[in-house]
Amino acid sequence: MDKPKLRVATTSLAGCFGCHMSLLDIDEHLFELVGRVAFDRSPLTDIKHCGPCDIGLIEGGVCNSENVHVLREFRRNCKTLVAVGACAITGGLPAQRNHLDLGACLQQVYRFRDDIEDAAVPDDPELPLLLDKVYPVHEVVRIDYFIPGCPPSGEAIWKFLGDLIAGRTPRLGHALLRFD
Amino acid sequence: MPEVDPVVQQVVARHGGDPSHLLQILIEVQEVFGYLPAPSLTAVARELAVPRSRVEGVAGFYSFLYPAPIGRYRILFSDNITDQMLGSRALLEALCRKLWVEPGKPSEDGLVSIDTTSCTGLCDQGPAVLVNGRAITRLDYRRVNEIAELVRKAVPLDRWPAAFFQIEDNVRRRDALLGPTFQPGSALAAALKLGPAGWLEQMRLSGLRGRGGAGFTTHVKWKSCRDAAGPDKVVVCNADEGEPGTFKDRVLLASHAERVFEGMALAAYATGARTGLVYLRGEYRFLLEPLRALLDRMRGDGLLGRSILGEKGFDFDIDIHLGAGAYVCGEETALLESLEGKRGTPRIRPPFPVTRGYLGRPTVVNNVETLAKTTLISLGGGAAFAATGTAQSTGTKLLSISGDCALPGIYEYPFGVTIERVLEDCGAGDAQLVQVGGASGVTIAGYEFQRRIAFEDVPTAGAFMVFDSGRDPFDIARNFVHFFAHESCGFCTPCRVGTALLKGYMDKLALGRGAKVDLADIEWVDRLLRNASHCGLGSSAANPVVDTLIKFRPSYERRLKSLEFEPAFDLDAALADARRITGRDDPAAHLDGGRGR
Ligand SMILES: Cc1cc2nc3c(=O)[nH]c(=O)nc-3n(C[C@H](O)[C@H](O)[C@H](O)COP(=O)(O)O)c2cc1C
Ligand code: SF4
Ligand code: SF4
Repeated sequence: MDKPKLRVATTSLAGCFGCHMSLLDIDEHLFELVGRVAFDRSPLTDIKHCGPCDIGLIEGGVCNSENVHVLREFRRNCKTLVAVGACAITGGLPAQRNHLDLGACLQQVYRFRDDIEDAAVPDDPELPLLLDKVYPVHEVVRIDYFIPGCPPSGEAIWKFLGDLIAGRTPRLGHALLRFD
Repeated sequence: MPEVDPVVQQVVARHGGDPSHLLQILIEVQEVFGYLPAPSLTAVARELAVPRSRVEGVAGFYSFLYPAPIGRYRILFSDNITDQMLGSRALLEALCRKLWVEPGKPSEDGLVSIDTTSCTGLCDQGPAVLVNGRAITRLDYRRVNEIAELVRKAVPLDRWPAAFFQIEDNVRRRDALLGPTFQPGSALAAALKLGPAGWLEQMRLSGLRGRGGAGFTTHVKWKSCRDAAGPDKVVVCNADEGEPGTFKDRVLLASHAERVFEGMALAAYATGARTGLVYLRGEYRFLLEPLRALLDRMRGDGLLGRSILGEKGFDFDIDIHLGAGAYVCGEETALLESLEGKRGTPRIRPPFPVTRGYLGRPTVVNNVETLAKTTLISLGGGAAFAATGTAQSTGTKLLSISGDCALPGIYEYPFGVTIERVLEDCGAGDAQLVQVGGASGVTIAGYEFQRRIAFEDVPTAGAFMVFDSGRDPFDIARNFVHFFAHESCGFCTPCRVGTALLKGYMDKLALGRGAKVDLADIEWVDRLLRNASHCGLGSSAANPVVDTLIKFRPSYERRLKSLEFEPAFDLDAALADARRITGRDDPAAHLDGGRGR
């Protein structure tokens, strides 16, 4: 009898999609993966909202209000939530703005550049507002596991998912643990 | 300000150009300039022919060394929980207001800086401050006003009222050690009659165990050192006394130092050591001159130096090194590093100090009280010493009692005394809990007050802090967690990161933003600290939290905001800047139903 497929959702918050690329980097294991899981909300499916899932993978930190909403939607729906990559775990590269004043940052980008006319900081309600700082995901919701790396290697992600799917507590050996 | 180079040259020359005196040199250079100007670090490196990075590394390690300009009056409030209970935080704020400074930032004119420091060992007469390293006790608003005036008028410290600097012994109960008067030289003379082997045998019979915390059997340590290869053995007296709530070594050094020094000579006689070193914590700087004077007197009386008491070949002398505000330096291998003029990073053991200690030489490290006790053994014999106390904890123990009690101070009891009895004696009628052994010790709840002070039951290096029913156990644990996070030497990740995480969780709970899962995370960090830390600081850093979580859990649970997850910060407030910048206040410009005003 076929085991029911696990449902997996993924998203990129304040990240560069590098971690998603790494997920795709598992080469022929992709066939194995789709044999064992079904994707819910994810850039790979273009499903807009997350339903009940077994596993959620979060790339990127939390930089704006939309990230907060998405992250909470994932937490509400995913039994196991995993922070994937340096940005999700520490804020990563985007968190470089944390020691700058947000106002000065926005002014620099939207007002003081030579090549834009009617320069002003956009105030369209359609746009999510920026948080004062970029936060790691575990400071906003409860996170169950962390996969370090920028990005973590495809191999590491595959080992981790393989363990989760098989029902083992995921363990990345020394060789798969990296912080850059 | 005097010229840098001549000052540095003079100080370095005083230390014979010895790089192992780097820490002492920096302390003395700083005494001249008030801080360590960059050129002085360069000059020290040049004069000692060591890399500047090493000098900078040492200057950056110790809390009491200042590589950046600091106030000409450096005022440090002791921040132990007992000081806080006596109102130290409010007094600090009052002084800051009067002098127009913010805590931690020197005033713009460079006149004064005000900050906190770890326990200064004056818990029985707090709140205490250190002004340029000199201790002032029993602070109150009147004293704060006077200090503000003296600082504003830039009155030199020497001309401040002597009463400020009055430090009491507050000995409340005397037994074998503190009771009898001591005839200097008598203990040494008695040991010389027995010969080194006979004397060590008396030490064995006494069963004396270390009073510094770990409780290691002293004669075993001495014997290992005696038997270790190497002719230049060393006896070190650990007078770092950094454990919050402990101050018995201060009293011993202030009023019974002959016993301590003679104890060092007794250790030298047993082991064959010729060099003695005292590592005196920077907070006790005020004891340095009197102790040096006593050493001179002992030399004059033939109790130190060559052929002690006429015994040919028994040569031993003692020097005193100062610490500079680092709790970890009480750990014996960190202490040795510090004595060698380095950063106080604990060593990997083995090898143990008894085989490779100070400068690689076989070294005995003993606590002040341990050494003082050896004079009793020499005078009365090992068996008589072992007659008091319990089977595994012989003799008496000095307790430093502070907190919510009528009579704080030093109490000497035979080992085995119940906590109940101690509480009764010190006038603690309403005790809710007692922290025995300091921040790294054990939290004792009311239902355990019949337990006994002894290595077999409740071990202690001597701290005994009493908290009455008005105190919140969570606040106490949080104070200790802050202490450990501040004092972690940063060498190993479990402790450096673990103590910071623990502090984050405790602060989150204190803000009322805690969630049930945080308690689980705290317990997880506790296990990590305990199992993975490099030295005792990290492995005991979680003790107060572990104990209070078990014995006073409601004090934590009361603070939980939810049973799920709660962020440590206000998400809607984190959008406030962006709202202001964009001028938006629409519903999408808020989180969690927060609304603009
Ligand atoms: C973090 C830490 C701090 C310590 N602080 C002190 C101290 O201030 N005084 C002390 O005598 N021992 C202290 N110790 C214990 C020493 O490492 C060592 O065990 C002791 O000095 C040995 O002397 P004893 O056998 O006479 O007790 C500390 C240990 C640790 C792990
Ligand atoms: S962790 Fe690295 S690869 Fe992943 S999103 Fe961040 S920057 Fe990109
Ligand atoms: S446990 Fe803490 S104090 Fe000890 S070595 Fe590690 S970081 Fe330093």
